[in-house]
Amino acid sequence: MEVLVILVPLALLLGLLGLAGFLWSLKNGQYDDLEGAGWRAIADDEPASGNPPP
Amino acid sequence: MQATRDFSHYVRHLGSGLSHIDLAVEGVSCAGCMSKIERGLSALPDVTLARVNLTDRRVALEWKEGSLDPARFIDRLAELGYKAYPFEPVRAEAVETEQASFLLRCLGVAAFAAMNIMMLSIPVWSGNVSDMIPEQRDFFHWLSALIALPAAAYAGQPFFKSAWRALRVRRTNMDVPISIGIVLALAMSVMETIHHAEHAYFDAALMLLAFLLAGRYLDQSMRRKTRAVAGNLAALKAESATKFVGVDEISVVPIAAVKAGDIVLLRPGERCAVDGSVIEGRSKIDQSLITGETLPVKAGPGTAVYAGTLNLSGALRVRVAAASEGTLLAEISRLLDNAVQARSRYVQLADRASRLYAPVVHTAALLTMLGWVAFGATWHDAIVTAISVLIITCPCALGLAIPAVQTVVSGAMFRTGVLLNSGDAIERLAEVERVVFDKTGTLTLPELDVTNAADVPREVFELAGRLALASHHPVAAAVARAAGARTPLAGGEEVAGEGVRGFVDGMEVRLGRPSFCGADQIANEILCRDPEASVVAFRHGETRHVFAVRQRLRPDAAGAVAALVKAGIEVEILSGDREPAVRHAARSLDIHEWRAGVTPADKIARIDEWKRRGVKVLMVGDGMNDAPALAAAHVSMSPVSATHLSQATADLVFLGDRLAPVVAAIGFSRKALRLMRQNLWLAAGYNLLAVPLAIAGLATPLVAAAAMSGSSLLVILNALRAHRGAREFG
Repeated sequence: MEVLVILVPLALLLGLLGLAGFLWSLKNGQYDDLEGAGWRAIADDEPASGNPPP
Repeated sequence: MQATRDFSHYVRHLGSGLSHIDLAVEGVSCAGCMSKIERGLSALPDVTLARVNLTDRRVALEWKEGSLDPARFIDRLAELGYKAYPFEPVRAEAVETEQASFLLRCLGVAAFAAMNIMMLSIPVWSGNVSDMIPEQRDFFHWLSALIALPAAAYAGQPFFKSAWRALRVRRTNMDVPISIGIVLALAMSVMETIHHAEHAYFDAALMLLAFLLAGRYLDQSMRRKTRAVAGNLAALKAESATKFVGVDEISVVPIAAVKAGDIVLLRPGERCAVDGSVIEGRSKIDQSLITGETLPVKAGPGTAVYAGTLNLSGALRVRVAAASEGTLLAEISRLLDNAVQARSRYVQLADRASRLYAPVVHTAALLTMLGWVAFGATWHDAIVTAISVLIITCPCALGLAIPAVQTVVSGAMFRTGVLLNSGDAIERLAEVERVVFDKTGTLTLPELDVTNAADVPREVFELAGRLALASHHPVAAAVARAAGARTPLAGGEEVAGEGVRGFVDGMEVRLGRPSFCGADQIANEILCRDPEASVVAFRHGETRHVFAVRQRLRPDAAGAVAALVKAGIEVEILSGDREPAVRHAARSLDIHEWRAGVTPADKIARIDEWKRRGVKVLMVGDGMNDAPALAAAHVSMSPVSATHLSQATADLVFLGDRLAPVVAAIGFSRKALRLMRQNLWLAAGYNLLAVPLAIAGLATPLVAAAAMSGSSLLVILNALRAHRGAREFG
């Protein structure tokens, strides 16, 4: 059962990474335009534009 | 005088030499539009950012300050085929966006914690029946506590804060029992972990938080979407005024940039966007949007004009007044204030349920504890059982039961062209027993229409329509619209106060007053038959025709009224217009109850009368004179063409030329209310099954988790049925 010493922190770390990823995407404005984001993914060539507005 | 457009009011300076503007764009619907607009705008020199938001139908633009005029963006979008207007984010919208992202953050934290604790709980549950040693179990419980306590402290904020606010003013709401349940569950679990016990409820507490936050977020995003659309509509109406910036220099500015004391120019055919008084010029004005009266009124120096007034014949200079100066406006805002104050606060279904819920649940928990002690259990066991009753009854399904239905139904209403202004409007709309319509602009279309188009030969009609394009007069505009005219007649010129004239193949054509075209006799014949109509004559050589122009009923008005009557809802007209016009409309719609020449105060009195008799009234109106009645009624609706004041007062706004959305909205809300009640019963039924288990001390964390997610799924699935309206409304 010593493997728990590695597995449990690893599981928690992965969970935290997931949460951090979600909070980052939220802060980055990725949920502001759910409809448009779907279309952008399949657009042929993205027009040159910077980051989304804050 | 050529007016310049001034959009500086909308430009935000970001510092570091960049400027930002938000534009609301009409007609953006697909990915093609999106990349076309972004590419088209990015091609302009100095533009650093052009990004379309397809959900809100807006474009955010940033550019290097200096060389570029924001009006250039609008022109560029027009070249690309899109109508765009600068857009000023309303403060309320910014606050709601902020709240929504906070709720989403809380939801993310709660969901993350719930999933990870569940991962730790499953080995404990299976270990309890197999071979887990107590030390391992304690270790897993402590790990769960490590995740659960900070996560609950953060994600529980919306509930704790709201519960605290309610308690401070000595009231309770749904968040009080929720907060008590969560705090007790966590505290008990920590105590149990310290004492090496078998069961801890960390997973249940966090799962509960996650489900409840999902309900809150749905509720919030529904309101936010409506507000974004309403904000766009306000921007797309392009409320602007032509302001004198010098003696003879004019500039088109947004309404927000006009102050009291400014002087604005009101051209013929323009709708006034400000309140004020005429200082120069003579004209006839149409105040039907303000008073409901369709007959034009003479205006000269000293006449008061209100936002929404249509200028018919001559140019006017208007001095802008502060909002309260006008007598009619002051009267209406006084009535409106009274009506808003008298509006009895409607208690929402969810609040009524929670008032019943909290005492019942807390009594049950207390009785459980006392019962176990009476039967000889230790205090510790009794308290643990009592708390498990609180956990299992925690209103997980109750918290989702109503928001889920509201979200589905507001989406369905949105697709039929109805926007919700207030969250509890659905419940109130479902109870409606009588619909009171205003006539002008509500039962009738906001714009004039030609009624005798069939009597005029097609080619004459088309020619008249092309000539009419040269005029700004609303009656001429109606002829042009009805004829579907696109290309103006070359050389058409306006003769002030008479009409327009031009030449076709060397022969003169005229459109205007009957006397201007020598068609008085035909005009009189038409006026004898229909005294309410306005007439405009057309002359081409020796052929003369007269068009009768009047407000026309909405195309499906009769059908909508019939559908309402069929569903057992009574219909009535209250109009500020004159009797013959109202009688005509009532007769053609087969409405037996109508009143004409009604003042705003009379409208309120009539609605109060129904209120006293206990009848729930839906008021549908668009004029400024309807605003107090809209506020007084049980629930209210406005067409999108209504005045600002009415739209802000109404609970719902409907789009388009048809009345069908009004009927559909009632149908949807009835179905929604039925489903909300069903959901509450489902949640109650689940409690009836689960509570005896908890009282008997059989509610292990596994049972709690299964029951909670099962009941939540059930109410969500039931809510999905709301996307179809009630059967009796088709």
